[in-house]
Order: sequence, then structure tokens, then C-alpha cells
Amino acid sequence: MTEAFRQYFELCGSLLYWLFVAPFRGRGWRMGHTFAQIVRIGVHAVPMSALTALTIGVVLAMQSAAQLAKLGATVYVPGLVSSSLIRELAPLVTAVIVIGRSGSSVTAELGTMKVSEEIEALEVMAIPPMSWLIVPRFLAMVIMMPLLTVFSIYVGLAGGWLIGHFSLHMSTAFFISHALQYVELSDIGISMLKSGIFGVLIVTIACSIGLNVSGGAEGVGLATTRSVVVSLLTVFIANAVLTALFFF
Amino acid sequence: MPVATPDLTAREPIIEVDSLVRNFGSQKVLNGVSFKVYEGDTFVIMGGSGCGKSTLLRHLIGTEQPTSGSIKIFGQEITTMNSDAMRKLRGRYGMLFQSGALLQSLTVAENVALPLTEHTQLDAGLIDTVVKMKLEQVGLTGHGHKKPSEISGGMKKRAALARALALDPPLVFSDEPTAGLDPIMTAVVDELTQRLTQKIGATVVVVTHDMNSVFRIGTRIIMLGTGPNQGKILAAGTPAEIRAHPHPAVQQFINGDPQGHNGDDAGEELYRETLLGLDPSSQAIHSS
Ligand SMILES: Nc1ncnc2c1ncn2[C@@H]1O[C@H](COP(=O)(O)OP(=O)(O)O)[C@@H](O)[C@H]1O
Ligand SMILES: [Mg+2]
Repeated sequence: MTEAFRQYFELCGSLLYWLFVAPFRGRGWRMGHTFAQIVRIGVHAVPMSALTALTIGVVLAMQSAAQLAKLGATVYVPGLVSSSLIRELAPLVTAVIVIGRSGSSVTAELGTMKVSEEIEALEVMAIPPMSWLIVPRFLAMVIMMPLLTVFSIYVGLAGGWLIGHFSLHMSTAFFISHALQYVELSDIGISMLKSGIFGVLIVTIACSIGLNVSGGAEGVGLATTRSVVVSLLTVFIANAVLTALFFF
Repeated sequence: MPVATPDLTAREPIIEVDSLVRNFGSQKVLNGVSFKVYEGDTFVIMGGSGCGKSTLLRHLIGTEQPTSGSIKIFGQEITTMNSDAMRKLRGRYGMLFQSGALLQSLTVAENVALPLTEHTQLDAGLIDTVVKMKLEQVGLTGHGHKKPSEISGGMKKRAALARALALDPPLVFSDEPTAGLDPIMTAVVDELTQRLTQKIGATVVVVTHDMNSVFRIGTRIIMLGTGPNQGKILAAGTPAEIRAHPHPAVQQFINGDPQGHNGDDAGEELYRETLLGLDPSSQAIHSS
């Protein structure tokens, strides 16, 4: 346990160096690798994020409509959907999807490279694994998490609109104006910030566990599970803390 | 064990290891290992499974730090070296890993090109030519576009050899280059390694437990001990000296005698107990 923390903070320290110091010493970010990771970590997670966000938007609208109908207050459905999506659900659900899809694959990939001596081979060829493997994944995750979150917000709102429009017979203009009425620009900013922080947590945990795999193929499997579990717990706790900080 | 013959003193030691100790927890994996590797040697490190051969090699290439002791490569102490100096030094040696360690995300040709793109200023066309040449030398012409997962074990080893030799390094390390290969492919990889390294005049340090390989390619040999001799050099010398070595564990290892698995009775008992599940005092194994 303490060993895992030591490995984690060692990775973070090293990451800070390779992100902010090394580029000024002629060892810049590898943009080609970063774009490849943006596609793998971010773009490939789009369909799943979209489907999840759509169902969440639909479900939110249906549940709130069912309750608010008792008060004759279904006009508040768009606002409820938009504020819960933007403030809480979009960043959190996107993080869960990215953990399951991309965080796990980062751990599995790095773990496999570790047990098949590929990481050592990079070191021996004097290609720092930090600059070749870790920095591109970090940048990709930190760029793509907020973007995926914005995307999820849009798709989730579309899900809410489906219920509002076809079941509650709201006009599209009505839905949009009421959805926007209860959110402020700062909410969106905080949402982006949250998802950026989740991205940092997910990718650093995934990399740290992946780089420290031992015990062959079995070790890779165990590490991948551990990476998902630790990331989920960390993100949920971080979400509670951030919500307390910004909204309470 | 002194290995001084007159002509050795005339040559430069490329590697000097002095009193190297490495503990993993309470396990002394390397326990005071000292040796020198001279220019032009094919230096073989042999010994039983788990005796610390790979660990020793990892210290030589600087991916592991010793508990104590000194390692000099090309006269430079590497145990206290900063990362910039290490980076420069690493341009001067190649390493052939046990599993090949080709990057799965790249093609065979890209793997071989990697040291060239990272360490030289050659333009893409020239790198292409060098890669073609290197692949041809190891008999992989026409396989450059394939991913490592699409080629056989022997081809992977040869591709890894091409990558290790991409920069024509004066020093090459190799960890069980023939493990998992059939005898014919073993001979092919051995012969290739020898021919290509001799061509560029490289010094080679090879870890192996394949006795045929040891005597086929070795010019200097050390054997690491197991059991009570764990982490110590059991024997050192030329192939002829090792063949005639009086230590029973060395003879058992060379001749592949299973009775001497760990080179001593205590080890034998442990072996029977843990691996065969037999009571060490029972004679069942002998009477059956
Ligand atoms: N990173 C490590 N942590 C703990 N023990 C290790 C580590 N690496 C190697 N060992 C131990 O050191 C011993 C020697 O391992 P190794 O050098 O791989 O042996 P060989 O290559 O000779 O088969 C083994 O008992 C192994 O368990
Ligand atoms: Mg080994």
C-alpha cells in the first residue's frame, strides 16, 4: 500500500518534470504520439459516452417529469435535466466510461509492455518511457476528458429534449430556454475543471499501476482490475470533495 | 579467480564490476560479484535458473541500481551517473532481450529504425537504407512491414538482434538470446550474433544456460552459483578451464545432471520437498 503510494507520487514527480521542465531542455512533447493517444483514449470513447449520456438524459427527464407532474410543475424538467447533467452527471459518467474503456486499456497496455521487457528496451535505447509513453497519454487524457464531457452534456440534453418534446409536448425553443435558465457559465467552467481533474487522476493512476506490474500475464490482469477499482473510488471521492468546494 | 594471461593485460577492460551486491529484501541475489570483460571478448554468464543472471545484466545496462559495489563501462562509473551521461553511454551499447522486447505498436522495420531516429541525425531515406541492410543481414528481407505479433519466435529474436546492432555499437548485451528456440534456430541465432558482432568488432556479454551455446560462442565464461553459493561466482575462465573445472556444481551443470540440481545436498532436499512434494527424509525417490 505505502509502496503503491510511493510509486504513484514518484510517477507524478517525474511527470511534472517531463511536462514542464524537459521541453525547455530540448526534450519536447511528442505530438505524433499525443495525437495517436487522443484518438485511442478520446475519440474511440465517443460512441459509448454518447449512448450513456443519452440514456441518462432520458431517464433524468422521465424521473423528474413523473415527480414534478404531481405538483403540476413539469416546466422545471428542462432546468433539472440541464443543471444535474452539467454540474454532476456528465463529468462523473464520462469519467466512469473513460475509466472502463481507456484507463483500463492504458494499464493493460503499459503492463504488457512492462512484463515483455519493452519498457526496459526503451530505456536501454535511451528513449525515456516518460516522454515516449506517459506524457502523450497524460496530454491526451487531459485534453479529451473535458471535451468528452461537453459532448456528453449536449447528448444528455438531447435525451432530455426527447422526453420534453415528445412526451411533455414542449417546443424545442421552450426546452432550450428553460434548460439554460438554471445554469450559469461558471457551472460549465466548473464542470470542465472537474472533468480535467478526473482526467489527471485517471491517467496517473492507470499509468502508475501499469508501469509497476509484476508477475507476467496474470499480473497484467490483476493490475487492470486494480486500476479500474482504484480510479473509480478516487474519482467518486474527488467528485464529492469538488462539489463541496464549488457548490455547497 | 585470477584470469590473468599475458595478452589480456594488453587489452582494455570494457566492463569492470567490483564487489557488486544486490539484495531484494532479505534475499541476496548478487553477493559480491567481481569480474572484468575485455575488448573483443564474447563473455558468457551462465548458471541455473533464478541464480541472478538477468539481475546481473540489468545492473550492467543500468536499469537496476546495486545495493553496493561498482560498475564501470568504458571506464565510466555507471552506478552514480546522471541521466544525461547515461543517455550518451546508452548510444554505445545494444541489448538483445530474452523476449525480444520489440515494441508491439511498431512494425519490424520501425523497431529497427528506432535507435537510428532517436540517436542520429540521418535523414529518413538513409535510415530506410540502413534498416533494409540490417534486416537483410538477419535474413528478414521482406518482413519489415509486419508487426512483431505476425512473425515467429526465431524471427523476433533476429529482428531484435538487428535492432540491437542498428547503431553498430561497440558493446552488445544479450539475455538468453536462444531461449525457447529449437536447436537449429539456436545455432542460427548464435552464428548470426557471432558473425555480426565480430564484423563490427563488438564486445559481447551473453547470458545463457544453453551449454551448446556457451561453448560455441564463449571466449570467457563465469558461472553464478545457486543455493549456498547464491550470488557468488562459482567459476571463471576460458571454455577449456570451465570444462575442466573441479567444482562438482560446475560439472553437474555442464553435464546436465539432475541429481545436482542446486549443486549441494541441502538444495537437493529443498528441491525434492518443494517441487516433488516428497518428505526430504524419505528415500521414495530412490527406491521407486
Ligand atoms: N524485481 C525483483 N524483486 C524481487 N526479487 C527479484 C526481482 N528480480 C529478480 N528477483 C529475484 O532474483 C533472483 C534471480 O532472478 P533472475 O536474475 O531473473 O534469475 P535468472 O535470470 O538467473 O534466471 C530470483 O530469485 C528472483 O526471484
Ligand atoms: Mg533470466
